[in-house]
Amino acid sequence: MMTAPHLPGVALQIRQVYDRNPSVFQPVGPHSKAIATLGWTLIVAATVVFIVVMTLLLLPIWKRRHASVEDGPPAPVSETAWLLYAGTLAPAAILAGVFVLTLGAYHAARPSGTGGLTIEVVGHQWWWEVRYPDEHILTANEIHIPVGREVRVVLTSADVIHSFWVPNLAGKTDLIPGTTNIAWIEADTSGTWRGTCAEYCGMQHAHMALTVVAELPGDFNRWTEAQRGVSAAPTDSATLDGEAAFLSSQCVYCHTVRGTQASGRIGPDLTHIGSRLTIASGMLANTRGNLGGWIENPDQLKPGTKMPAVPLGAGQLEAIITYLESLK
Amino acid sequence: MAAAVELVEIDSLTDRLEQTWNTPKTLYGALSTVDHKTIGKRYLATAFVFLLLGGAQAGAIRAQLARPNSHLLSPEAYDQLFSMHGTTMIFWYASPILSGFSNYLVPLMIGARDMAFPRLNAFSYWTFLLSGLFIYTSALTGAIPHGGWFAYVPYTNAQYSPGANMDFYALALLFLTISTTAGAINFIVTILKMRCPGMSVSRMPLFMWSTLTTSVAIVFAMPALTAALVFLEFDRRFGTHFYDPVRGGAPLLWQHLFWVFGHPWVYIVVLPATGMASMIIPTFCRRPIVGHVYVALATVSTGIFGFGVWAHHMFATGMPALSTTFFSAASMSVSIPSGIQIFAWLATIWAARRHVLATPMLFMLGFICLFVIGGVSGVMTASVPFDWQVTDTYFIVAHLHYVLVGINLFPVLAGFYFWLPKMTGRMLDERLGRWNFWVLFVGVNLTFFPMHAVGLRGMPRRVYTYPSGMGWDWLNMAESIGAAVTVIGILLFVINVLRSRKFGAVAPSNPWGAATLEWATSSPPAEYNFVVIPIVGGREPLWERHDALLGPTADTDLAPVNSVQLATWRVLDDGKETLESTLLDADPQAALHMPQNSLWPLVLALCLTGLVSACLVGAPSWTVIAALSTCAAVGGWLWPKASTLPPSRIVA
Amino acid sequence: MSTFAFEHPRDGVLREGARGRTSRPKTTGWWGMVWLCATEAMLFASFLGAYFFLRGNIDAFAAEGGRYVPLTLPAIMTVVLLSSSATAWWAERGIERGDSVRLRIGLGVTMLLGLAFLSLQAVEYSHRDSSWTTSAYDSLFITITGFHGAHVAAGLLMNAYVQLRAWLGHFDDEHHAAVSNVLLYWHFVDGVWVLLFAVLYLSPRLF
Repeated sequence: MMTAPHLPGVALQIRQVYDRNPSVFQPVGPHSKAIATLGWTLIVAATVVFIVVMTLLLLPIWKRRHASVEDGPPAPVSETAWLLYAGTLAPAAILAGVFVLTLGAYHAARPSGTGGLTIEVVGHQWWWEVRYPDEHILTANEIHIPVGREVRVVLTSADVIHSFWVPNLAGKTDLIPGTTNIAWIEADTSGTWRGTCAEYCGMQHAHMALTVVAELPGDFNRWTEAQRGVSAAPTDSATLDGEAAFLSSQCVYCHTVRGTQASGRIGPDLTHIGSRLTIASGMLANTRGNLGGWIENPDQLKPGTKMPAVPLGAGQLEAIITYLESLK
Repeated sequence: MAAAVELVEIDSLTDRLEQTWNTPKTLYGALSTVDHKTIGKRYLATAFVFLLLGGAQAGAIRAQLARPNSHLLSPEAYDQLFSMHGTTMIFWYASPILSGFSNYLVPLMIGARDMAFPRLNAFSYWTFLLSGLFIYTSALTGAIPHGGWFAYVPYTNAQYSPGANMDFYALALLFLTISTTAGAINFIVTILKMRCPGMSVSRMPLFMWSTLTTSVAIVFAMPALTAALVFLEFDRRFGTHFYDPVRGGAPLLWQHLFWVFGHPWVYIVVLPATGMASMIIPTFCRRPIVGHVYVALATVSTGIFGFGVWAHHMFATGMPALSTTFFSAASMSVSIPSGIQIFAWLATIWAARRHVLATPMLFMLGFICLFVIGGVSGVMTASVPFDWQVTDTYFIVAHLHYVLVGINLFPVLAGFYFWLPKMTGRMLDERLGRWNFWVLFVGVNLTFFPMHAVGLRGMPRRVYTYPSGMGWDWLNMAESIGAAVTVIGILLFVINVLRSRKFGAVAPSNPWGAATLEWATSSPPAEYNFVVIPIVGGREPLWERHDALLGPTADTDLAPVNSVQLATWRVLDDGKETLESTLLDADPQAALHMPQNSLWPLVLALCLTGLVSACLVGAPSWTVIAALSTCAAVGGWLWPKASTLPPSRIVA
Repeated sequence: MSTFAFEHPRDGVLREGARGRTSRPKTTGWWGMVWLCATEAMLFASFLGAYFFLRGNIDAFAAEGGRYVPLTLPAIMTVVLLSSSATAWWAERGIERGDSVRLRIGLGVTMLLGLAFLSLQAVEYSHRDSSWTTSAYDSLFITITGFHGAHVAAGLLMNAYVQLRAWLGHFDDEHHAAVSNVLLYWHFVDGVWVLLFAVLYLSPRLF
């Protein structure tokens, strides 16, 4: 049931990659926690308002359910009580309270501090280009952040409007061509969470996810160190064959593997593809079978994707998978 | 009043009016009629068909989303379905269905014999119908709009959406704005200038206030959409740069223009429905509404506030903090007038003389329930940080459907149960009506309430499928089951309407004991509406029993009258005539000669269809020809009939 | 008809009924035209809103939108169009007094001035060194002024229509609602031009 038809190797169960459901009410950072608290407060207030109004609506009908069918005298009614006190002042007071809470959460959820880590994210149809300008890292669809540090995410788009959203960490910020927006994310604990594009951006909007990995500072430094460089050159023959197959394929027109002649700029950088948790922009877990299914027929998995199926000879696909998996 | 008083024989007057106002039951009659009741019924039927179309699209969407990783629909088909669902429901159902009620009811409620501009009214209907057909012809070409009803650029620009998909969208909407604007101007002038004597502004039924507010809002809001669409088509067709950030344009320009129109539009599609509630609830409580004046003021101020909140659709676009908080506060404040309306209805129910829980009233109770849910979730989304989390998720889908189903569809169905007997002369079945209400109420809540949860659990909108195990699976299944129940609810309504045509009890002139003038006419009303122009002495004329003031009508409750003394200006039988009155006091001012049936409205609408079609295929010569014939049709329409000219000046 | 010979409820009786009113009541058509002008005004307001939004937010647009544009020709156009409003008013006052000759002359002169305005606009366009696909500013400038030009053209068509009827003798001091409605539209279109002139031509010199 979890497999796409005709692609028996592809397992769509992506959920295992993540530590939590991508829920607004499973916050793991200070920003999302402030909003979750606000959210619960609003839900309680809304429920109370709803119950009060429904009581006012149904109580008179219930009370008079056995009343005779003859018209009674019109009951006395105070317009001041109903329309001024109940209909205007009470809602105004509640709204004033909500507005104060809103301002509080607004400041908690959108700090303006600088000096933290900066990540640049560029939206593409339908994947995320990720750059760490200070660390000289270029990757895609996966963001690593250190636990307990405020991270500034600089957002822009290469084509249409997208929206950057990691529910466990923060609210949405749009990626708009010609504009630079800033989002702030911070995680209190280490873990892996799912982010997604939240603005309709075309046919594969549904499959434009990204992965956020929060790590303890030591792990994060090791990761940046590894990402900055190139992957170790292949040594065993299978991987060497794979590299040759990759470099002679059409893959290189769109993808870059630093340290090789592959320097295409259209698709995601693959220098460390083997280290990533997911492929196809968070659609599939990064497994051998999934890689194969994805490369063999991208359009079957993500109809409309810009990645074409490239003609590969017998054995070439296997070799390329081996090579890509080696790019740690 | 200096008008002469004469003895009028009612029978012969009725005959004469019958003759003057009669529309022949021929093809010509059907195509040329300018009768507001016929046009109103056509609006209602056509908009209801669009509701069924939009509903079918929603059904397909829910079938696809019932389970994760579903392959029932291709992403392309899904995008087209949700785009057409939103566009159809918002533009070709929600507003036109209310225009249908207004068309039918406004002249009747104010004691007039037709709208101020009957031919323009026919034209509004034809352009509404033809623009709807135009956008649905996209299905024949396969280039169905796919950019959502909101059509954000740059995705909808030629670079990312080549093909005619979005051209259909833009041109069909430009076409429809003509219909909507013409209709709105017609309602405004009708309500301001054609009320019967006695119906000063302070005595107007609340449905008039909501129709008037809505119409004024249309006049002021629609042009922003027109501008946005013109820019879009110019960008797509001619390579201009309105939305191109590289050459000094901005994608956000579209969003501002669209929502400057779009948020008032929300009030445009709900305010007339709240006006209907203010007519129906007092009827079934057997007393005037509590706080009539405040409800009227709340209606008007909602319409005005509605223009100041558009940017709350754009909290995630990175607006400056000051604007963000301003629009947050404004969006919260807009719920205060709604609160006043709700408490006026609650007070009316508390102070009722009796509760008559007939089907229209059941729908009204359901409406208040859904209105409150949609209202409080609206306040939640006005809270900016919370909106950052929930915007573009299913929470918003839940919110907007509670608003649109709750404050549009439920009052509309209440309105059908309430006024259809007036229109057709047949009552709808009460038992079936109760089933209809409860099935629909359960279905709607089962469909839309879990969407709050699934949105808070992180499911974005407008995704054609979703992975399993994210905490969304069973909620989506529940929503899809709810959608099936909703479909049954709507079908029950359709069955009830169809069966009433043959088996429905014959409707008396005032089956619900309601208060306003439409119930003083027979069911269905004569083509001329009122034998004589009525006079009213209060807000609830039929409850005040001023029968003498209302004059002889076909109302069976009134004693038969053969001849009465009437002021001459109340008779108006020299051709198609009705009364024009002063703006505030509704004093009689002039006898208005109403136009005869005419084919020009249809001809002009067809010329415009030719024009938008020529624009669509991009044929310059055909565009010019269509534009010239449009001008010619306007000229033909406006050219006066010899009989309306000053006699001495006609050149033989 | 003969069974009840009441005085026909035509205008005379009714106007007496209107309390103390001396001037002619506005027709429903006139009210319709007022609201048509209102919605058209919002269209131009949306255009100008777009202008200010882009000028305030987009640097590339502000650089061009804040540029001085030559004033001589548009100033002449403004004078021409405002004079046409004056002649239109003169024509309408004429027919209100039953002077149909003055109506015809006034409408004719108004039309000539409108045509002159459109010709001058064509001259202005031909002097521009950019097309409307050069930049967003050019797109917006041409669209706004072009839409206004189209409104002037529509006004001229209406003018032609009432002129034709004027020559056919359709109007007298009591019956000339069509003239009033058409000229109301004409004044509106002229008023819009003043606003456009202030925003597109003058505002870059002010802020």
